[in-house]
Amino acid sequence: MFGWTGTVLRVNLSDGTIKKEAINTKDASSYIGARGLATKIMMNEVDPKVDPLSPENKLIFMTGPLTGTFAPTSGRYVVVSKAPLTGTIGSSNSGGHFGPELKFAGYDGIIFEGKSEKPVYLWIHDDLVELRSAEHLWGKNVFETTDEILKETADDARVACIGPAGEKMVLFATVMNDKHRAAGRSGMGTVMGSKNLKAVAVKGSKSVEVARTDDFLAACRDARKKLKEHPVTGNGLPTYGTEILINVVNQVGALPTRNWRDGGVYEYAEDISGETLREKYLVRNKACFGCPIGCGRVTRVPEGRFKGFGEGPEYEPGWAYGASCGVRDLAAICKANFICNELGLDPITMGTTIACAMELYEKGIISREIAGMDLRFGNADAIVELTRLTGMREGFGERLAMGSYRMAESFGHPELSMSVKKQEMPAYDGRGAQGMGLEYATSNRGGCHVRGYMTSPEILGIPEKLDPLVTTDKAAWLKTFQDLTAVVDSAGICLFTTFAIGLPEISSMLRDAVGFDASNEEILKAGERIWNLERLFNIAAGFTSEDDTLPPRLLKEPMPSGPAKGKVVELEKMLPEYYSVRGWNEEGIPTEEKLAELSI
Amino acid sequence: MSKILTISPDKCIGCRSCELICSFGKMQAFNPKSSRVSVLAFEDMAVSVPIMCMQCEDPSCMKVCPVSAITRTIDGTVLIDDDRCIGCKMCVSACPLGNISFSTAEGKVVKCDLCGGEPKCVEYCPSGAIQYKEATPSNLSRKKLIAERFKELFGEVNQ
Repeated sequence: MFGWTGTVLRVNLSDGTIKKEAINTKDASSYIGARGLATKIMMNEVDPKVDPLSPENKLIFMTGPLTGTFAPTSGRYVVVSKAPLTGTIGSSNSGGHFGPELKFAGYDGIIFEGKSEKPVYLWIHDDLVELRSAEHLWGKNVFETTDEILKETADDARVACIGPAGEKMVLFATVMNDKHRAAGRSGMGTVMGSKNLKAVAVKGSKSVEVARTDDFLAACRDARKKLKEHPVTGNGLPTYGTEILINVVNQVGALPTRNWRDGGVYEYAEDISGETLREKYLVRNKACFGCPIGCGRVTRVPEGRFKGFGEGPEYEPGWAYGASCGVRDLAAICKANFICNELGLDPITMGTTIACAMELYEKGIISREIAGMDLRFGNADAIVELTRLTGMREGFGERLAMGSYRMAESFGHPELSMSVKKQEMPAYDGRGAQGMGLEYATSNRGGCHVRGYMTSPEILGIPEKLDPLVTTDKAAWLKTFQDLTAVVDSAGICLFTTFAIGLPEISSMLRDAVGFDASNEEILKAGERIWNLERLFNIAAGFTSEDDTLPPRLLKEPMPSGPAKGKVVELEKMLPEYYSVRGWNEEGIPTEEKLAELSI
Repeated sequence: MSKILTISPDKCIGCRSCELICSFGKMQAFNPKSSRVSVLAFEDMAVSVPIMCMQCEDPSCMKVCPVSAITRTIDGTVLIDDDRCIGCKMCVSACPLGNISFSTAEGKVVKCDLCGGEPKCVEYCPSGAIQYKEATPSNLSRKKLIAERFKELFGEVNQ
């Protein structure tokens, strides 16, 4: 096959059997790959009402047809399962080198079923696939686990694993690959922990082939050239990493400050910015597999109580621990982020959950006795210590391990959790970027920015500048962005390419890799199909239009200051329009006609 | 004056685009393990080093080859004649830099041939870490310096 290896592994952890199955070519073509294909497998094989942490849930690692090819940013793979934090479909993708290595070993993906009695890891070396005991690895952090497995297997193998947070089923645990890259959101590491699966290690020596070699190379060359020439992918991201956004978003007044309480302008933004990170702690840039952008930050805090070495923070973690917690000490933010990587925690949910606890503390709802420390906004030591405690599920960390919604609810104030469908929203205030507000309310995996990144037109002006403060046309724009993002995530490349290239370039690469002739419109339609399938999963899991909402703060409390002063998210205006452009009924359910049109 | 490859590990971002395009140029398929250029990553030091045949002035591989399948062209490229090669792999052992390898995917001994004078890795390296330019006394000395560093790095890896 072209673009694909043609083989998927099915690993039953309950009885230890491993099967090699042919990929379903019809589904692979209708749902593109990675996120789309894995969601289709979930829909086919798993009851959406399943308890996410039960053996009946499945955990799917899947690559796309561009993964491991010369397409720029071809290092992506996705982890899909029913998510424990939200109860929605969960999917989270990651870069690094693990995904391509899986394809070079001869597999497009792995479906994990059941639950192992004892901790195990899966070792894949080309045709050899075996489950090995991981009892000696249980309790070890991500870096220790990775190093130990590389010693036991091959020093050039690639490892995806969980840390203590996944083992202890913190609800927002990550799957970490190549030590520092995270399938970060949705709690995919939590599901992995529930199955007693510590890691997957892979080494491959086979080839990935594409259908039309000359055309494919020409398409990749064109895409790479555009990435190089674009100011964001060719200059901004390589120079400052994603943290470049701190000052940009702050200037438009959409950088949520102190649990979104104090509006969208953070007075210490400069201290936590990409510019400051570069000046103080950047060691060098690092790229994922096949990526000409190289936005990754290798960072070192050389001395002091936050001394450490690792990667990041990205913009959203930098914000979650920074503006959202009122912290201005970038060293502490780096350290907290390093600990997230070591223990396998989603730093967005971690930082924002701490921020939520800080507001509860300042309101006198959480006492010093319960918190075990001074939890006022701005406490740099607290973000580091609480991250460690949560990853290990110790002390007050036990309460935070549930995420902000369940934590705030347990104190009687769920409205102070800045989350949608129990997953925390990241670093863009919808009151200052209306389209982002609609994106949070409608994202299929709960509060999330990367399912339809409206920041791009609303704040960065890509592909064209929209007024962030108005609602006009935002529903239609968001639909296109969500559908296109589903294509990108399913193709096996990085969303960051879309700053510089769009549907025509991505479709070209897909067509020439796989060897089909679908038009650009049909490929975008496949993205819409994926979006609707995810929606159907959530509806079957029990979600309704009532869940397509935002925390009361964004709907009722006007933005206190800055360029968006006085604004709330006008969701009641945008949501009906969104359902309508999606071809859904007033309850947000896809109509028969829409499903027929999409051949679902 | 002939051109030479120069490597700047300080610029390498570890993306392995060179490995992908090299294997594609040789095999029409993507296979980093069969690439003639390899990126060695030293994660704990945050250093990545792209490395390929340095086209030695006095190639050990050429000297050790029992069937004279390896030659050095007038412009300084060291080439393997696939028709003459018997696959004994003596050259693999002889190369002090480990830059000749046996490709399992292709079933033969392979090394960098500078793509006939237009190295693909140079063309597609996004950060300028691999360059191909006229040899001048200054970059020749730099090349030697870097080759020495590779030896040290390999020494550490092999220990």
